[in-house]
Amino acid sequence: MNFVADQFLAIVLLINIVILGTRRIDIAIRAISIQGIFIGLVPILMHNFSYHLLAMTLLVLAVKAIFIPWLLLRATRKVHFTEDVRPLFGYSGNIIACALTTVLAFAIATHLPLTTAHQGLLIVPVSLATILAGAINLGTRRKAIDQVVGYLLLENGIFLFGLLLTETMPLMVEAGALLDLIAGIFVMGIIINHINREFSSIDTSHMTALREPE
Amino acid sequence: MLLADFLIHLLLVAIMPPLLFGIINRTKALIAGRTGPPLLQTYYDLYRLLRKGTVFSKTTTWVFKAGPIVTLATLLIASLLIPLGNHHPPVSFNGDMILFAYLLALGRFFTTIAALDTGSCFEWMGSVREVSFSCLAEPVVFIVLLSLSRLSGSLSLSGLLTYSSAMLWMTSGAAMIMLVASLFFILLAENCRIPFDDPNTHLELTMIHEVMALDHSGPAYGMIIYGATLKLFILGAFFLHVALPLRISNGYLDWLFFMGSIILLSVVVGLVESCMARFRMTRVPQMLLSACVLSTFAMILVLR
Amino acid sequence: MLPVTLLILLPLLGAITALLIPSNQKRPWVLPVVACLHLALSFIAVCYSTESSTNDWIHLDAIGKVFLLEFSLLFCACSFYAIDYLQYRHERDNRVLCSGMLVCLSAMSLTVVAHHLGLLWLAIETTTLTMAPMVYFNHNARSIEATWKYMLICSVGIALALLGILFLAYSTVVAGLEPSLILEELQGYASRLPKVWLNAAFIFMLVGYGTKMGLAPMHTWKPDAYGEAPGIVGAMMAGGLANCGFLGLIRIYQICMHSGDVRFFHYVLTGMGLFSIAVAALFLVRQTDFKRMLAYSSVEHMGLFTLALGLGGKALFGAMLHIIANGLGKGVMFLISGNIHRAFASKNMELAQGTMKRAPWSGALFLLGFFGLTGSPPFATFASEFSIFSGALEQGHLLIAITLAILLSVAFLGMSFTVLPVVFGDPPAKRQRTKYKDTILLIAPSMTLLILLAIIGIWLPSPLLDILNSATALLEVPK
Repeated sequence: MNFVADQFLAIVLLINIVILGTRRIDIAIRAISIQGIFIGLVPILMHNFSYHLLAMTLLVLAVKAIFIPWLLLRATRKVHFTEDVRPLFGYSGNIIACALTTVLAFAIATHLPLTTAHQGLLIVPVSLATILAGAINLGTRRKAIDQVVGYLLLENGIFLFGLLLTETMPLMVEAGALLDLIAGIFVMGIIINHINREFSSIDTSHMTALREPE
Repeated sequence: MLLADFLIHLLLVAIMPPLLFGIINRTKALIAGRTGPPLLQTYYDLYRLLRKGTVFSKTTTWVFKAGPIVTLATLLIASLLIPLGNHHPPVSFNGDMILFAYLLALGRFFTTIAALDTGSCFEWMGSVREVSFSCLAEPVVFIVLLSLSRLSGSLSLSGLLTYSSAMLWMTSGAAMIMLVASLFFILLAENCRIPFDDPNTHLELTMIHEVMALDHSGPAYGMIIYGATLKLFILGAFFLHVALPLRISNGYLDWLFFMGSIILLSVVVGLVESCMARFRMTRVPQMLLSACVLSTFAMILVLR
Repeated sequence: MLPVTLLILLPLLGAITALLIPSNQKRPWVLPVVACLHLALSFIAVCYSTESSTNDWIHLDAIGKVFLLEFSLLFCACSFYAIDYLQYRHERDNRVLCSGMLVCLSAMSLTVVAHHLGLLWLAIETTTLTMAPMVYFNHNARSIEATWKYMLICSVGIALALLGILFLAYSTVVAGLEPSLILEELQGYASRLPKVWLNAAFIFMLVGYGTKMGLAPMHTWKPDAYGEAPGIVGAMMAGGLANCGFLGLIRIYQICMHSGDVRFFHYVLTGMGLFSIAVAALFLVRQTDFKRMLAYSSVEHMGLFTLALGLGGKALFGAMLHIIANGLGKGVMFLISGNIHRAFASKNMELAQGTMKRAPWSGALFLLGFFGLTGSPPFATFASEFSIFSGALEQGHLLIAITLAILLSVAFLGMSFTVLPVVFGDPPAKRQRTKYKDTILLIAPSMTLLILLAIIGIWLPSPLLDILNSATALLEVPK
């Protein structure tokens, strides 16, 4: 079933572009949710069935595809969007950066020593590409919720890499990471709410009060 | 390669293209709740234009007269290179995919300079837009050709395009999805369809392609319209090869299947036109860039 | 094992108690009670040492003892300070602050004893999360900005550290070994792990935990967070959380130093350390906000730690001593800066002048704490910084030693430009006098910390010396 897993991972790459290039925050959140579904299904396709694996898949799907996007959508509803804030290098810049980093990720992945079982799979390059895409999103976006989406993308990439270890490591670390993700997003959501209350906007380029004196 | 196949190919190329425009317009009208023009309307238009006289402006030179002729000629030659259905095209050799791409480019070049030759600023504006958008669209065609060439191991269009099958989709489905998506963008962009360009607009400031044909009249204008339909036919056939993984071995059934599928494609284009509005001018480069990136990803996946 | 488990569970119990107490006046008293018990338990745990077996997820080793003593002392001082401070700020609800501080103490206790890298990571992530609402204590626009930057940057850092841990775990799989994330087992494996993965893991964990520590260039959240947080929170962050980040770095270094060729790691650590000190020294000059000045001082000291780790030899002893010295010094400075902020209702040195006249005890302690922090004799920071300096010279890195000396002097001068006007001079006449008064509980904790700093500088008690020596031995590169 490995090639079906490969097709899913290719769709993950596609969703990276969508998230980097979109203007609307609700499309970005729904895209992350769909990406969470595909990422959650990959472990079941890659490894033999076990109840432990099933439980983890369900947990991942529940958190990444349902709970966290729901939290974020709730946060966006309370916030008023009045302006379309361009990312630092523009939307075209983001798309080009995504393409370049994906090529870079594929290039790096061919030089990394992998176990024979993992040699031909797309997991390592796709996880690196997703991590880089998340980093781009974090760095170039100005709205607070867009930055949170970038952080989620980063976490998705890290989770994908962690899938290489599913057979060999206890899942405590994965579960722990997931729990911390929930807590982190929860806290961020609360902060965004407060930001909105204070500044009447979640454009973080307004938050310039704290900086070094000229 | 049978004589019958050769003749049917020529016949289809000569006769079928204007029907596609009729189907698109009829689909749009039906969705909008109107009855719409008759399916054979474009044929009537071409006949009418052939019987009219031509007016040439005094500021234009031979370039203006040559524009429509060269465009049509290049498209007719390109149509000889592309396989329709599961059959061999009349002309086929190694490397004809490069000839194909450059024939289209030559046609576009002559349309553009014919428009510039008029000396009017509206045509100039349309030429600028057309050229800048095609700069982004051309690489996609080349990358798609490269990917298909790598997958099929053939350097000729007839080998490339007829390689696609259900087996291919199973093994590299993701790459194929990306290729199909980016090709669809290019199909719409090159043929000046919504969401990249509105063929029905009558405001010069919003035109891209129509404004370049603004000054032509009579038979020359007829050549341009017929050329446009032929371009849609050719690129549609190209797209169908990549998108549809079905091959029918029986010769005649295959022709019928091809005609049915290209009619279906026209209906789909009509549907897309009805459901969307045209993109803002600044969004068009971004969408073409996305198509570029999609095809690049497909190529990366194919090259692994 | 029992004292260690109690060390982690006791503050959690205290946090639940703090959440349940309804009265804003009485709630702060939970803090010193738990803190004194925690300090007592720490002393017991430090004296009662056990040998570790390789399967231990939790174990208190010599390095852990140093960190434990340091932040337990610091927390004790902060907790006594908190009583009067929170009384003075009675308009704010302190439920979140009290329970948050206690949960943070618990998480920090877990950090120092965790020998399983995943558990360590979880504990550090918990400290990050619990600190966020406390930075927001003042509930204004500036503190929300500070909290957002802190939360985002530190979360990204922690995520990168997790990636580093995954790289390390995968390297064991590639090498065909039994996968494990326990420190001692990984130390045994280290020479057989593929270099690519090990180096990548080191870099990512350096960046990740370095963000938590506040190494440049990941330090951008520090001035804002330290500047906007109240004094106690700043003290715990500078003396506790940053050290937790450093502990994470130490653990990965302990694994990497067994891998054979350690030059790569030493270069990277030395480079990062010097860069942080340079950036901090640059920004310390002409700093008008004294809390932000303390943040940059923290960046500088974290750079000093990293540099010492990269140098090795005598510098390692200096680093261990500096952990305690820096913690105590930062505690003094942050607590007193809280006093000055309340006294003048401003953090800017233009408005907060003449502390000696307005609040003499605070002023004197601020001045002495400044000397203590920057490494003047007789304070312990002098001994530790001098050890690091002589460690550099002893290894033959003359250029590094000279650069270090210059940068530390620049930092000292820069800080004095801020500290001296704050301490001396006359209070601005036009400002309305605030209700602030120096009380015992606001002064005594800082004074105790300062006296301890001075005592350790002059006479290092031999049990402490033993612990420091064994900690240094754990960090020596094996021949």
